[in-house]
Amino acid sequence: MEVVKPERFFHERFGLSDRALERVLGTALGRRADWADLYFEFRVNQTASLEEGAVKKATRNVSQGVGVRVVAGARSGYAHSDEVSLERLELAARAAATIAEQRGAAIALPATRATAAAHDLYPVARPPVDTPTADQVALLQRLDAVARATDPCITNVFAGIAIEHRVVLVVTSAGAVVGDVRPLVHLSVTCIAERGGRREQGSYGGGGRYAFDTLLDGRAERFAREAARQALTNLAAADAPAGTMTVVLGPGWPGVLLHEAIGHGLEGDFNRKRVSAFTDRVGTRVASEMCTVVDDGTIAERRGSLNVDDEGTPTQRTVLIERGILRGYLQDRLNAAAMRMTPTGNGRRESFAHLPMPRMTNTFMLAGEDAPEDVIRSVDRGLYAVYFGGGQVDITSGKFVFSASEAYLIEGGKVTRPVRGATLIGNGPDVLTRITRVGADLRLDEGIGTCGKDGQSVPVGVGLPTVRIDGLTVGGTQA
Amino acid sequence: MSGTDGSARPPAGTDVRELTHDLVARALAAGARAADAMAAEGDGLAVGVRLGEVEKLKRSRQRRAGLRVFVGDATAIVSTADFSPEGLAALARDAVALARATAPDPHAGLPDPAELAGEQPDLDLHDPAVERLEPEQALAWARDAESAALAAAPEITNSEGAEFAADAGLVAYASSLGFVGAYAGSSVSLAVVPVATRDGAMQRDSWYTAHRKLAGLEPPAEVGREAARRTLRRLGARRPPTGECPVVFEPEAAASLLRHLAGAIAGSALYRRMSFLLDRLGEQVASQAVTVVDDPLRPAGPASRPFDGEGVRQTRRTIVERGVLVSYLLDSYSARRLGLRTTGHAVRSVGDAPGVAPTNFVLEPGPHRPEAIIASVRSGLYVTELIGFGVNPVTGDYSRGAAGLWIENGELAHPVEELTIAGNLRDMLRDIEMVGSDLRVRNAIAAPTLKIARMTVAGA
Repeated sequence: MEVVKPERFFHERFGLSDRALERVLGTALGRRADWADLYFEFRVNQTASLEEGAVKKATRNVSQGVGVRVVAGARSGYAHSDEVSLERLELAARAAATIAEQRGAAIALPATRATAAAHDLYPVARPPVDTPTADQVALLQRLDAVARATDPCITNVFAGIAIEHRVVLVVTSAGAVVGDVRPLVHLSVTCIAERGGRREQGSYGGGGRYAFDTLLDGRAERFAREAARQALTNLAAADAPAGTMTVVLGPGWPGVLLHEAIGHGLEGDFNRKRVSAFTDRVGTRVASEMCTVVDDGTIAERRGSLNVDDEGTPTQRTVLIERGILRGYLQDRLNAAAMRMTPTGNGRRESFAHLPMPRMTNTFMLAGEDAPEDVIRSVDRGLYAVYFGGGQVDITSGKFVFSASEAYLIEGGKVTRPVRGATLIGNGPDVLTRITRVGADLRLDEGIGTCGKDGQSVPVGVGLPTVRIDGLTVGGTQA
Repeated sequence: MSGTDGSARPPAGTDVRELTHDLVARALAAGARAADAMAAEGDGLAVGVRLGEVEKLKRSRQRRAGLRVFVGDATAIVSTADFSPEGLAALARDAVALARATAPDPHAGLPDPAELAGEQPDLDLHDPAVERLEPEQALAWARDAESAALAAAPEITNSEGAEFAADAGLVAYASSLGFVGAYAGSSVSLAVVPVATRDGAMQRDSWYTAHRKLAGLEPPAEVGREAARRTLRRLGARRPPTGECPVVFEPEAAASLLRHLAGAIAGSALYRRMSFLLDRLGEQVASQAVTVVDDPLRPAGPASRPFDGEGVRQTRRTIVERGVLVSYLLDSYSARRLGLRTTGHAVRSVGDAPGVAPTNFVLEPGPHRPEAIIASVRSGLYVTELIGFGVNPVTGDYSRGAAGLWIENGELAHPVEELTIAGNLRDMLRDIEMVGSDLRVRNAIAAPTLKIARMTVAGA
């Protein structure tokens, strides 16, 4: 696929001129709206999946479309279509503009910022979408062999490559035209292990906004071995404990704790509406002094990173918690304006068919000083959880869960037996106040996270050093 | 949505049925041995109000087509929203080229022609009034629902808003077996999320109504009042003690158990050996109180359809009869893998190969009033909400976050939160001790109140 500037790409593909787009924005804005924007998107998604030793399925999906948004106060009018033509744009603009005719108090939106993308976080010589299918098939077959070679108990391997190529262009009523070309590659491996009538699974994976060949630096094989190791570990797992206890989280992906416990609760929309457990808590203590948590959309090649968000605002590093004190929220334009704050580059949307919302990018805790071994040694009896499935949060009550898929007992300062997966549940506004040790081993996850909110999925990242939490409820079966 | 205010409708003359037929022909011309195509188009309206003010008005228009080809025994699936002649020609070529890069699979292919739907019944799935709905009316219903919630009690202090959504569209499917079919469908829903405050602590809950037809919706004010009741009863929640006890699932929570059952008896999970119910056909997998029926032909049912994602005939089937598993859920591929016949449970999204899923999948009501089920518990948990993903489909290990009410001496005593419930689905299905009489089918998967004799609750 030829990489051209998004402006040129859409102009050429749909034959739309700058003048025509200005006219559409004029229709959208009408006389009473504060703000309007157009969001063009072209996307190719490819998958190849292996099971039973062969790649028997491949898919390729092409989508394209445009969304027209009109903002008046805190009201949003939106119309989208997968038919991109001037006529369709005018119709959509008129449909979206009906929102401005509704009554309500007006608020001022900030002026647009620079129109050039501020970052170049994912330059790729060859976009992953151009990877020959044969190369993907060869890698998947190699991973099947790698996983099966770890142990004869590995009875089946499922592996998949998902590649996305997304070109977006935001055109705003303030005259800004900002585009972004976003590559994304993802590899996942699931192994089934069977022994003595017992069956278990293990899953691992990763990816990012980088070339396909980056997977070939040894990490793909590592993912496959990790999935196999997890499945084998779980074959030997005993029932998990139930009740409130000390929990040590390993580095990296267990950072999903931050995403659920505090990240969602700090999104601007929930705080503007005052329905978050963190409402009005900026400046107050929400974590122990050892905790500094940031959301950073500017890390090169990361799955959660973006050059600009889906409203054209450059991404940034936003400090959410500084030495235990809540510092700020994640904002898109509408909510920032309503709260008299600055947009933080967190206005994201799943596709042209969705309205933007404040969303996380890469959310992680900065490293502390403890050696990870010392953190474990400090616990007499507790749970050591190193890998997780998903999580979920109730923003309003603050209660959140995340489910361990690989965990061990800590007995007498030592990691002893593996235990079955269990859900951990806690209260967002106070869980971080119970953190008593923070390791020096900050790690970001491998690039596997997808966050769902209000029916929209976006890729995100998390990160965490080893931490000790004094008092988290572990949902095992052994009361 | 149609209307006079510049809404988006497909251009007249667009025929997705013809399009699927055309795509299959293009695929065969490009070298495919067999092919099937699916196309969907639809229009949607969604409006949101919050604290009485309009917050969102959204109109959508979608049209996509997907093509699956078999080149020899190799398969590929492609889809596009680009309906230009060049776009459609490229689609067939891309599909055939992609299939040539994949490995042959001797089980790949279309269903046995004898399984195809002949006459396609009219299942009353489409309400023309949905297409005529004006945003003003949708906004008025959303406002009515939210204001009823806000007026319910002074402790309802805030709201995440009320949303009304309406969608209508057409699905078409054609295959190289000569099958061509299409049907129209609509759906409408109204949901409210009130927020209540007491002693500085906030709680939210929600309620909704959903139907194929506008006339099938519950009155907005009733939806609002129910949302308020559910929210208010969560105020003052505490953490229960850790231990084993009986657990009663409210119908909405009970339906989630049925989803896990459906996943475990889906052919795609069975041939991959990724199910906690492997090789259990004909055996007792649940208590005798459990009978589950799948009915794709239910008139105006949320998941009703005249044919499945491969054009296969639809039949009402008993899946679990008094606890005995009498049928799996199969598409033609998983059926061939397992040496069985398809049960017509292929679901097809435009851009992916068929998967396996239930249609209207219902746990039949039992003899017990929900009050009587609660009254049977001396000390236990009544679950009203489950969160998180702590279910292992391979082992059946189950551990999820929950919220609800504590049952003390047969009565709902006080709200509880920040707790988990854990067990293994194999045991949980066997331990279903009582089935309620309070079945209401609002979603494709529905169950009445259920009581499980014993699970582990983790709390304080």
